Amino acid sequence: MFKRHGLSVFAVVIAAFISLPVIVILSYLFKAEGVLWQHLLDTVLSDYLINSLLLMLGVGTGVLMLGVPTAWLTSMCSFPGRRWLSWAVLLPMAMPAYIIAYTYTGLLDFAGPIQTWIRDLTGLGYGDYWFFEIRSLGGAIVMMSLVLYPYVYLMARAAFLEQSVSSIEVGCSLGYSRWRAMWSLALPMARPAIIAGLSLALMETLADYGTVQYFGVSTFTTGIFRTFYGYGDTAAAAQLAASLLAFVMLLILLERYSRRRARYHSASESKARADLIPLMGRNAVIAVSVCLAPLMFGFIIPATQLLFWAVFEAEPLGWEFVSLAWNSFSLAFVAAIIAATLAIILSYARRNRPIKPVRTLIAMAGFGYALPGTIIAIGVLIPLAWLDHSLIALFERFGWHSPGLILSGSLVALLFAYTVRFLAVALGSVHSGLEKIKPSLDHAGRSMGHSPWAIISKIHVPLMRSSILTAVLIVFVDVLKELPATLILRPFNFNTMAVRAYELASDERLVDAAPASIMIVLVGLIPVLMLHGSIAHRRPQ
Amino acid sequence: MRSFNVFNSLVVTAITASILAVTSAQASGVVNVYSARKEALIKPLLDQFSDTTGIKVNLITGKADALLKRLQVEGSATPADLFITVDAGRLHRAKEAGVLKPVSMPLLEETIPKELRDDAGYWYGLTLRARPIIYAKDRVTPSDLSTYEALAEAQWSGRLCLRSSQSVYNQSLVAATIDALGASNTQSWMEGMVKNLAKAPSGGDTDQLKALAAGVCDVTIVNTYYLGRMINSSKQADQNVASKVAVFWPNQTGSGALSRGAHFNVSGAGFTKYGKHLKQAQALLEYLASESAQAWYAEINNEYPVVEGVEISSALKSFGAYKMDSIDLEILGQNNRQAAQLMDRAGWR
Repeated sequence: MFKRHGLSVFAVVIAAFISLPVIVILSYLFKAEGVLWQHLLDTVLSDYLINSLLLMLGVGTGVLMLGVPTAWLTSMCSFPGRRWLSWAVLLPMAMPAYIIAYTYTGLLDFAGPIQTWIRDLTGLGYGDYWFFEIRSLGGAIVMMSLVLYPYVYLMARAAFLEQSVSSIEVGCSLGYSRWRAMWSLALPMARPAIIAGLSLALMETLADYGTVQYFGVSTFTTGIFRTFYGYGDTAAAAQLAASLLAFVMLLILLERYSRRRARYHSASESKARADLIPLMGRNAVIAVSVCLAPLMFGFIIPATQLLFWAVFEAEPLGWEFVSLAWNSFSLAFVAAIIAATLAIILSYARRNRPIKPVRTLIAMAGFGYALPGTIIAIGVLIPLAWLDHSLIALFERFGWHSPGLILSGSLVALLFAYTVRFLAVALGSVHSGLEKIKPSLDHAGRSMGHSPWAIISKIHVPLMRSSILTAVLIVFVDVLKELPATLILRPFNFNTMAVRAYELASDERLVDAAPASIMIVLVGLIPVLMLHGSIAHRRPQ
Repeated sequence: MRSFNVFNSLVVTAITASILAVTSAQASGVVNVYSARKEALIKPLLDQFSDTTGIKVNLITGKADALLKRLQVEGSATPADLFITVDAGRLHRAKEAGVLKPVSMPLLEETIPKELRDDAGYWYGLTLRARPIIYAKDRVTPSDLSTYEALAEAQWSGRLCLRSSQSVYNQSLVAATIDALGASNTQSWMEGMVKNLAKAPSGGDTDQLKALAAGVCDVTIVNTYYLGRMINSSKQADQNVASKVAVFWPNQTGSGALSRGAHFNVSGAGFTKYGKHLKQAQALLEYLASESAQAWYAEINNEYPVVEGVEISSALKSFGAYKMDSIDLEILGQNNRQAAQLMDRAGWR
């Protein structure tokens, strides 16, 4: 009994610590500062809200339309190229949204090669012909959908693969067609996973600043930055961020409410290989195209353009790239391990004692994902600097040499920020893994006289391995791509590939940013490919 | 077990790196810099400074307001000695936030004109950046152009490109205009310009130049160093753009505020209130205002020197002579918030 309490207490402490930055931001809600708010309400706030909602709606539709069909086809049907497509459609995940936005702008802008070619060919001038305006709300929706759909794909595919084949077979034996079985059984059963992927994509969308800012689309997040950078008003910016957070909380609550008491354990352990639905002829062509299109537009085209710039046009990166790559890689790796470890501890605590304080705090700890990195960074800086100052005061009392800013001025701040920002990703994956282990398995283990630890190591660990690996890998890729928090919190003389790419791009040297960008994509490919492996092993192929 | 060892060594490296980063920032013979100037545009100078003086420079680059926030939160424990940023508005904001201290620099007070530095010595301008009108040569003759204010006239309907109002360069231009024309005139000027826009504001300064060259619009307002960079670029596409556009210095003649001169801004630096290496920081600032450093900026990034008599690049020379708005740059900072709000009201996105 003590052990169970001990775990809960430990988890509560961790969750409270991770929630600290979010709480710091929320605390700004109670600081009255009405003047700027009134101005924002009078002028721009309604635009911000409408654009943010449209963006969410668009990206939400986009990631579902790209993610779910690809996941279904690659896990339930057989068609030529299915094997390699099933990992290749993950590749866009390695592409940061701001980089794909820069790249497509270079290609499709009025000054880019395609429109220039059209004008040269036809003799028309700008405005005489219609062309998709990439720098627009629609452009932002397309860009973000292209790089965020893998979250949905990943979760949906894992769910489809883990679905007990027998449910589908029962459906078929009751007279459902294969397609009907998918629509009425497989999809609803995969709903928690699809929603989990969708909410990751949407939170990422809300937190995005780089893409919308570059495209000149005013969203709620650009509004936060405008108040922070333009008006230099931290309090009002934090208040806007807190409202964003409140909105996200509301969405999550709505989703929870909508599935209330439903449970999604698989009733049977049958992992027998389902017969894939063979697709022939026209259907096979359609299936291949459905999988090939997002891969083409989300990865192959932009990566080729980046590679072209990097090789032929950009100033080369030089040997510096070794230290940049190492910094990025090691930070991402350490952050991923920390996030996954904490996610395991928290998920277990929630499973063992799903009491309100534990659940609430854990939920709070995951909200960092919906906040822009800059806001997280401020929320991290304030408590850590306070701790540092207390430490310094303590040292001075004993007459010791001041330790300086050992927390807020070091990589500790950065790792803390990453954990706060990305814990939700790790929690989602670990939690969904744990949710699939039926409590009856634990009971069985205990009735056979196993200790709780033996149950974990003998039953849970093997069953959870791929979920944990998934958590580590997704956080790794996310940290690799992260920019704003890194920019604010990094210590002296410390750069990452994302920082380098940003500095050149924000200095309007897009082409010169290509080598660093392509490096991010290449390093990100490693975990993305491993990610595929970790899912593929869930069911014998 | 192997993977565990790899993990261990990663953790150890990360921890040592962070400790090294902290301790090295506090040894003697160093100066710690927070810079909103991009690394590529400051590091070469810092390296030269270290080579000649033996003083090590530690650098963090980032966005101005984020660095400012970091300075505020770190308070008396901050390792930073010098805060370098672009735009006088930002320097003013740092001064107001109480993170800078006044330091008298007799040498700089002699060489840098009074309006380009803070009266009390809170900050010193280091380079000058001009934001004139730039036009498409084949569709506009210079005689069509006169002032910033005239860009609101109906003849520019559908012919104007502007960067977004998020850009601090535009905010400072508006802040200076408020000083010259007053708030309500400034707002109606902006409303006129917004009506004349050929497309919704997006992209950076370079994108506005590309838009001129591609025929999207005929006039824009852009910092000259972006054009200078394209002129000096090794890429044919950049040179093509540069060859199609030209600089027009607005507000040169006329009466009253209309002849105040073209809008200029500075990049500059100030001493942090709690910096621990004042001597080294002073040495660095003097170096950045030295003739060789000033010439480097002119040559590499096409910014105008703040110190007179420094040779400027051929690209800068090609832009011709100008009269500069001699507004006290502190006013840009004081008017910044009002400027941003007016831009919101005028519908400048």
